[in-house]
Amino acid sequence: MNKIFLLYFLLSLTIPCCIFAETIKVGNGQAITSIQKGIDTAAPGDTVLVAAGSYRQGNITINKPLVLQGLNYPALDGEQKFELISIHSPYVTVDGFLIRNSGHSSMTDISGIKIYNTHHVTVINNILEENYFGIYSQQSKHCTIENNRISATSIATELSGNGIHCWKSDSLHISNNHVKGHRDGIYLEFVTHSLVEKNTILNNLRYGLHFMFAHYNSYINNLFRNNGAGVAVMYTRHVIMKQNRFEDNWGDAAYGLLLKEISDGTIEGNHFNGNTIGIFADGSSRIEMEKNTFKSNGWAIRLQANCMDVKVEKNNFIGNSFDVGTNGSLVLNTFKNNYWDKYEGYDLNKDQVGDIPFRPVSVYSMIVEKNPPAMMLFRSFITSLLDKTEKILPSLTPEDLKDDYPLMKPLAL
Amino acid sequence: MKKIIKYVIADILRNKIVIAYTAFLLVMSLSVFNLEDNTAKGLLSLLNVILLIVPLVSMVFATIYMYNSAEFIELLVSQPLKRKTIWLSLFAGLALSLSLSFFIGAGIPILLYQPSATGIMMLGTGLLLSVIFVAVAILAAVTTRDKAKGIGKVILLWLYFALLFDGLVLFLLFQFADYPLEKAMVAVSALNPIDLSRILILLQLDVSALMGYTGAIFRNFFGTHLGITLSFLTLTVWCVVPLWISMRKFSSKDL
Repeated sequence: MNKIFLLYFLLSLTIPCCIFAETIKVGNGQAITSIQKGIDTAAPGDTVLVAAGSYRQGNITINKPLVLQGLNYPALDGEQKFELISIHSPYVTVDGFLIRNSGHSSMTDISGIKIYNTHHVTVINNILEENYFGIYSQQSKHCTIENNRISATSIATELSGNGIHCWKSDSLHISNNHVKGHRDGIYLEFVTHSLVEKNTILNNLRYGLHFMFAHYNSYINNLFRNNGAGVAVMYTRHVIMKQNRFEDNWGDAAYGLLLKEISDGTIEGNHFNGNTIGIFADGSSRIEMEKNTFKSNGWAIRLQANCMDVKVEKNNFIGNSFDVGTNGSLVLNTFKNNYWDKYEGYDLNKDQVGDIPFRPVSVYSMIVEKNPPAMMLFRSFITSLLDKTEKILPSLTPEDLKDDYPLMKPLAL
Repeated sequence: MKKIIKYVIADILRNKIVIAYTAFLLVMSLSVFNLEDNTAKGLLSLLNVILLIVPLVSMVFATIYMYNSAEFIELLVSQPLKRKTIWLSLFAGLALSLSLSFFIGAGIPILLYQPSATGIMMLGTGLLLSVIFVAVAILAAVTTRDKAKGIGKVILLWLYFALLFDGLVLFLLFQFADYPLEKAMVAVSALNPIDLSRILILLQLDVSALMGYTGAIFRNFFGTHLGITLSFLTLTVWCVVPLWISMRKFSSKDL
């Protein structure tokens, strides 16, 4: 027994890195300066600790399970040629790097950090600057992307990539990231069972968060501000959207939330503030919108006539220029128990529910829908006259689009 | 000239109607700002007051004043004074006193509660609207000898600027719906000082709703310094042109 122990002891003296020391120090001032070499010499399960400094070492490929950790954010510079970190192995953690200037290409999606066909990869606490794509997950499962700050300065959508791009992945957990100035902040295509939470997504050219054919996902507690459109959910089923804030998404085709051909979604407890259009729903069905607050938007909700079974219940509509807009007279959706600040009805039996229905679509919003230059007459005397007469005798606005049980007081949300 | 202006202002400011107008504006704006919890919303309610009441009162009051001082004007004309001077002094007196009552009635509450760009814009356009509609009113008064006819004309003019013009625009928009009218609308808005003022104020206020394509074009024009300068220039043209025409009419008028 003693002999074996002695043997281990001697061995450990000669080649310490392989047996005891699970941490390999590489980089500036260390024995191994090449990060790739450090990874190649490491055994599965080791930690490769990269010293602070600036590195121009091209692509780093990780093909075994290990932890790649940066001390004081060592800067990996891609010189606008390389993909910086490629992960091909499960159980890899990349932690604490400053990754910048990846290559640009229209053929392959070059990224700051790319995860290839694997599972259980963790990317945390990194700073990514001026990369084509920030973090890219391709055909991977159970990955965690947390606490990264991703930024770029993109000029045109076709010249820039997405902050966090996930394709054909499953069970991802994307949380606490800051994404700024990319094409889409977070893009999910064919991604399922994933959770996107507590991210801050600002100033992206196209969408803050973009779903394509991505079913059974949820996004909770995120902030989307000043993007081309806050969130676009397209061709997707069973998406849960809760407690997000959609703010200041302004522009001609700018929406807080764009729903296109989606079904079975839940939109609950979100705040829509100061968007051109809070929610734009086109061809969507079986959506429940509950307990949301719509404040100071141009249109709170634009519900196209091709939507069905959309339930709008218990929401607050405060200070919007138009509460609801639509483009036809067919109404297959229900509005119930919402608070509308434009409601002028009364409540005789004091049950906090107004006694006469509220029609949230104004005739002027229908006119603007048909004839956009009529926006010139916004808030003029004649349009308020038209609205008043229409309220008494509805002719242009859809007869059935009404809230039969409008609340007298705003809900505490 | 100064003496006449002084006399006219002193005469108008003692007028009970003008005092009532000032008090009405003051009570209105103070209550609007105090009732709404959000002062921006208060501005919005005040917007309609300014766009409807200010032109109406300015026009009707200026017209009636012009008719009532017919004898005073005759007296002045008999003095060694140029008709141009007399007319300009009367206009200046009217415009200054009505602007003053607007400033006291609405301007001071705006400056107290909402001293923002929107508030300043509202104050500026309100003052200009007072002056413009005094000019329009005295033009109407000088071209009509009969008092009842003149006042009727002025009320019709107010109706046109406040309501009919917008209806006409709406009608034209639907008639020419197939054409891209967004840019033309910018030009059309210059044809009505009330519309122009409303758009100028709204662009400072309701940005999100106006951000559609039309809004973007409006913003590109009215949102820039050049656009704001041009629209204020247009508003100035709106007071100079009626004044100039009325002055020419008055110079050759057989009293």
